[in-house]
Amino acid sequence: MALRATYREAAGVTVVDIGGRITLGEGSALLRKTVRELLEEQRTSILLNLADVDYIDSSGIGELVSAYTGVKNRGGNLKLLHLTKKVHDLLQLTKLFTVFEVYSDEGIALRSYR
Amino acid sequence: MTQDAKHLEMTLETQVESVNLAEEMCLRVAEAAGFGEDDCYRIGMSVREGVINAFHYGNEERPEKKIHLALDLTSEKMIIHVLDEGKGFDLGRVPDPLAQENLLSTSGRGIFLMRAFMDEFQVVPGRTGGAEIIMSKRLPRSGNPGTNGKTGQGAAPKKEA
Repeated sequence: MALRATYREAAGVTVVDIGGRITLGEGSALLRKTVRELLEEQRTSILLNLADVDYIDSSGIGELVSAYTGVKNRGGNLKLLHLTKKVHDLLQLTKLFTVFEVYSDEGIALRSYR
Repeated sequence: MTQDAKHLEMTLETQVESVNLAEEMCLRVAEAAGFGEDDCYRIGMSVREGVINAFHYGNEERPEKKIHLALDLTSEKMIIHVLDEGKGFDLGRVPDPLAQENLLSTSGRGIFLMRAFMDEFQVVPGRTGGAEIIMSKRLPRSGNPGTNGKTGQGAAPKKEA
């Protein structure tokens, strides 16, 4: 399934709703493009909603890390919301749970940016 | 190899599409061999990572080079070979992606994932001069308790065979 990404504003945070697979090729490229566009618009409080992402490979993980550091370098914060089990397990396996702030409740996630 | 052993091989172009193609082919074989959903996910991911490794690091994304994929299905396990036409590499020199200084690296997790998801994993010099990844997963019916229903967090990377 091709990746799709749309974004919306909520409480001063840009919530990016992502669905599909974040893998080598179009999936990773779309995530990169989306985050780059948000940074160009000075949106640096970003919450990636991964509720509909059921698959990420090492390229996708690399893209998530790249997005995280890119936002961080601009003085912002990129956090993750609603991980599926496979993505949750993958982040745990690769120790990226120690890097990303991960939330399962959107309201709590949004409040964490204040 | 037993009488029931099956062998499949294909030559893939050095292009992104080959990654999905290899994954799909191996998933079909794995499903037909009786692997459950979680094991199929792990096999599919490992094949993806093996082919990505050949595409990016081995063949350096050069389209004139090929990726050679082979599957052996025995009565005990599914064995996957991914061979590139690069210069080969020393597995011992691959950085540990779990080391604190590498956690924010944007690459270098493919080998780790293959080791974590497969029962056996090794890299040998290939006949092309490149690297040949050989990895296998035991069939559920051959006494392997399997990993279905378990989460990836318990999967420790395996030592080289």
